[in-house]
Amino acid sequence: MNPKRTDKIATTIIYVMATTIVVILIALLLYIFFAGIKTINWHFLTGAAKSFQAGGGIGAQLFNSLYLLVLSMLISLPLALGIAIYLSEYASAQKVAALIRSMIEVLSSLPSIVVGLFGFLVFVINFHLQFSILSGALTLTIFNLPLLVRGIEDALQTVSNSQREAGLALGLSKWETVTHVIIPECLPGIITGVILAAGRVFGEAAALIYTAGQSAPPLNFSNWNILSLTSPLNPFRPAETLAVHIWKVNSEGLIPDATAVSAGSSLVLVVVVLIFNILARYLGNKLYKRLTGE
Amino acid sequence: MAQELATFTRPLAKDASSALSTEDLRVHYGAKEALHGVSLNFERHKITSLIGASGSGKSTYLRSLNRMNDTIATAQITGKIMYRNVNINLPQVDVYEVRKHIGMVFQRPNPFSKSIRDNITFALERRGLKDRQKLAEIVEQTLKQASLWEQVKDDLDKSALALSGGQQQRLCIARALAMKPDILLMDEPASALDPISTANIETTMQELKKDYTIIIVTHNMQQASRISDYTAFFHMGQMIEFDQTRRIFTRPQVQLTENYVSGHFG
Repeated sequence: MNPKRTDKIATTIIYVMATTIVVILIALLLYIFFAGIKTINWHFLTGAAKSFQAGGGIGAQLFNSLYLLVLSMLISLPLALGIAIYLSEYASAQKVAALIRSMIEVLSSLPSIVVGLFGFLVFVINFHLQFSILSGALTLTIFNLPLLVRGIEDALQTVSNSQREAGLALGLSKWETVTHVIIPECLPGIITGVILAAGRVFGEAAALIYTAGQSAPPLNFSNWNILSLTSPLNPFRPAETLAVHIWKVNSEGLIPDATAVSAGSSLVLVVVVLIFNILARYLGNKLYKRLTGE
Repeated sequence: MAQELATFTRPLAKDASSALSTEDLRVHYGAKEALHGVSLNFERHKITSLIGASGSGKSTYLRSLNRMNDTIATAQITGKIMYRNVNINLPQVDVYEVRKHIGMVFQRPNPFSKSIRDNITFALERRGLKDRQKLAEIVEQTLKQASLWEQVKDDLDKSALALSGGQQQRLCIARALAMKPDILLMDEPASALDPISTANIETTMQELKKDYTIIIVTHNMQQASRISDYTAFFHMGQMIEFDQTRRIFTRPQVQLTENYVSGHFG
């Protein structure tokens, strides 16, 4: 076989392989879309879930997912920023940095159900937080932290060292250089990393089953007393999320329209995650253009 | 061990005043000594060139002068750097303060990805200068000093990254000048630029000399002979010869210098 022919065959095979991933994604999206679109209507998106009859909605679950996401980001983002800045800018002892990095690797490879059970033992039982949004948010933080740290550290590392030198040579302190030169420079990358992590967290179920709970008490959106059980903002109430809801109606649900509800919920979940991804790209590009003036 | 090489240092003229001097400055990277005890004296409001082949230690020496080598974890710098009768190479010295007095321009232009104006005002604002009027004056003044004002005066809010390489480098000079340093260190500031931009920067330096002491590392011997009053020749981590520039290029005292400036190596 001559080299030209070999190359042609190899190229074809590689193209076919690359196409596979596109086909898988499109097939999956199309299936989820057509299975779920019948169920989607305003009532389904905003209504309360039913336990025994058909026609329940996912309003509370959708809100819970978003609220849990925001709360866990509030806890994990400052932490992740600090860790990433330490690793990227301050860690002078390479051994310590390497140790922390490998711990982050291990943490990110833990199965989420294991993290969930850990959260159950520590937050739900030991700290008496019960099945609550707070327990869920803290557990998600463990799950979320490695992703965030890696994303932010990668973004910080894309900034050329000459920018650090430029800041220091002007008599700026290291901290000023990091906060006013390095972070603005890679802000688009940081935001992309954060939104992508948010997408992952939004779809997480296993870590939440035993922490945020599997029940969604009906919410009264005009109740702003954060200690009331029906207040949507109460962080101490149990809160079934969308992903947990899908698992629940399929495994132990008693509603007759379980298939339709889970198909509709799946579509909503996938659409929201897709929106996160598109938003990450869009915002990242837009910010980058704005900062570099292109 | 470093081999013993013949060296020659002509002291500054009696009436010359010193802006900066080093005594037995040594730099170690880990166990390896990269700079073997350099003692030099820089005259005020003059340009001094540091020349030598790659790896001769000239950049290492320059970066020690404003303590930029501190940022390298393995680097250890010993010896004295005397600035206004203070040894600024002591651990208790505030390096951030030192770098305000001793500015630096790097080999590759490294403007911040901010507007042209912000590149200059940013560090001043961090130092607490908030007066818009005063900041605008400094922007105009420093850009004029760096001969960039005419080209950018209508585009101050545009991104600095949209400028050409030569313009970016002059912006970096303006940015360094805005901190009102005494001394300007330049690490091959024209090596990444085309000949026209290089000529512009050299003209700018001649202007700046009236108010600043300039120490420049350069690869380009024509450049050293064109612009500088004094020249120091470095070889393998040692300062071989320091003299007035025209002497270095016409009647060097050390054979090694003669070989280098006549192009036998390097």
